[in-house]
Amino acid sequence: MNIVECRDVKKIYRQGKVEVHALRGVNLSIQKGGFIALAGPSGSGKTTLLNIIGGLDYANSGSITLDGNIINEMSQSKLANLRLNNIGFVFQAYNLIPVLSALENVEFVMLLQGVPAAERRKRATTILDDVGLKDAYGRRPAELSGGQQQRVAVARAIVSNPLIVLADEPTANLDSKTGEGLMEMMREMNEKKDVTFIFSTHDRMVMDYARRLVYIRDGLVADEQE
Amino acid sequence: MYLQMGWRNIWRNPRRTIVIMTAVIIGVWAMIFLGALMRGISEQMVRNGITTLTGHIQVHHRGFRKDPVIENSIDKPEVVEAALSKILPQDARWTTRVRVDAIASNARHSGGATLVGIDPEREAEISFIGQAVTEGAYLKTGDTYGIIVGQALADKFETKLGRKLVMMSQDTKGDIASRAFRITGIFRAEMEATEKQFVFVTTGAARKMLKLGNEASEVSILLTDYKESDEVADALRGVLPSESYDVETWRELLPLVTAVLKIYDWFIYLWFLIIFIAMGFGIVNTILMAVFERIREFGLLKALGMKPWWIVKEVLAESFFLLILGMVVGNALGFLSIFALTDTGIDLSALSEGLEFAGMSRVIYPFVLITDIVAANLVVLILGLVVSIYPAVKAARFTPVKAMAHT
Repeated sequence: MNIVECRDVKKIYRQGKVEVHALRGVNLSIQKGGFIALAGPSGSGKTTLLNIIGGLDYANSGSITLDGNIINEMSQSKLANLRLNNIGFVFQAYNLIPVLSALENVEFVMLLQGVPAAERRKRATTILDDVGLKDAYGRRPAELSGGQQQRVAVARAIVSNPLIVLADEPTANLDSKTGEGLMEMMREMNEKKDVTFIFSTHDRMVMDYARRLVYIRDGLVADEQE
Repeated sequence: MYLQMGWRNIWRNPRRTIVIMTAVIIGVWAMIFLGALMRGISEQMVRNGITTLTGHIQVHHRGFRKDPVIENSIDKPEVVEAALSKILPQDARWTTRVRVDAIASNARHSGGATLVGIDPEREAEISFIGQAVTEGAYLKTGDTYGIIVGQALADKFETKLGRKLVMMSQDTKGDIASRAFRITGIFRAEMEATEKQFVFVTTGAARKMLKLGNEASEVSILLTDYKESDEVADALRGVLPSESYDVETWRELLPLVTAVLKIYDWFIYLWFLIIFIAMGFGIVNTILMAVFERIREFGLLKALGMKPWWIVKEVLAESFFLLILGMVVGNALGFLSIFALTDTGIDLSALSEGLEFAGMSRVIYPFVLITDIVAANLVVLILGLVVSIYPAVKAARFTPVKAMAHT
């Protein structure tokens, strides 16, 4: 079953009088439970594609379907609901809310969803234990290493059982060992919880972890490997 | 969690928070303390006016106020007294006076003064004079030659206790009436003008001098609560025939004070508004700075699914805490300043001539009106939150992609 369907997705950015064609007609289908890497050089359109799939940005044309919902026709408010309830995000940096502890960061999305306090606390502690941060509940992002911060971000992304987790170059700011640890953990979560992961990268190590590799070049899907 | 995040966010940049909080503190302090001083001035103006022979209500013979001559005296004070005993609340006090414009003279000087004939015992319960004698003694009932003069008049006439003072006026027959009195007491008043204007003798002495029978110039009434003035005056008007008597409250008797009071009411609220406008720019600037510093963070919040309204609430929570903290400390400082001046007041004797012209006392005591405190705090809190809506809406309108790409 396809959870994401992109059909002829185009995105043009205007920088003054110059038009930048970030996506030139992307066609992509992603099945539920996948662990997919969007690979390609900087400026190829990986992040733009992730943003459009995640409802953070609009495509100029084409259609994007997430779990049967055509998201490029949704209002800002509906997109906000969609992101809140169906999508988990892991960004490259500035990923956590600085004034909240690790536990509160993980609870935050559930709070927005209206999950009762006791349930929130239980699920947040369980997931933090799963990602190996049992001793870091009360620490704020500034007191965590880069790798720990990304683990908290992954925990936050999957704690409310989203349909997909979108990770934009999640290991870019990490050393190779920490990055590998993070990928191990994400794959474990993918297998254990059957959550679909789509991440962008140009790191060979990260690509090696993916079960499906989609090459993006000049705003188009250039190649795919299973 | 909005409140929790708001509270923590304001302490991310403690220096900035303390700077804007200081502005709020000074603003609230200025509103409360200077507002209390302004109220103190107006309150003392009213008190001075009321205790300087006005009272809360006065009854005169019709026409006396326009032409205060002896012929316009109340010819049957017993009618008024009967009405008072019927209408006045139990705790109210009243007295009758004889009051004429006169010329005071001694061997060296002469000048205009108002001769007031009083019932010493009743008068002491109503006006300032009972407690104002600082040299000599207060008048005794039946004293036919004693006179009390103000310190300023005594200085002006270069006279002192025990000396004679001749009072001259027109009697009921239109003839010149004069009588020599001996100064038995010297009084001090809040205002020098009062010390120069009034001299006091007993009603008996005044009536003898002016060849009056039982007549009186005015009846002055002091109630326990000045707010009852209108109600009691209306009741008296219902009993005393309007063709013979004028019944007026202190507001009508002291039109200048009443007008000043109204102006002060506006001044105080205008003062609040001016302070707030200065403070408001600081609040908007601070919150805007806090918002623009965290553009990426707001992008993240929106990416996670936070709706614009929730972001507005989060930013307003920060503003709320800044305002509340500033208000708590500002109120505390305001009350401490007021408390410190409760007994001593602010002595403005050096400016007394100018102050007296405006009917103000030499010493200003702050006076707290709860409605002013509530108004000051509401102005800061409500307008503070209103002006914070602008930066809050700015934060809510960032698009996630653009905000997160912001450097």
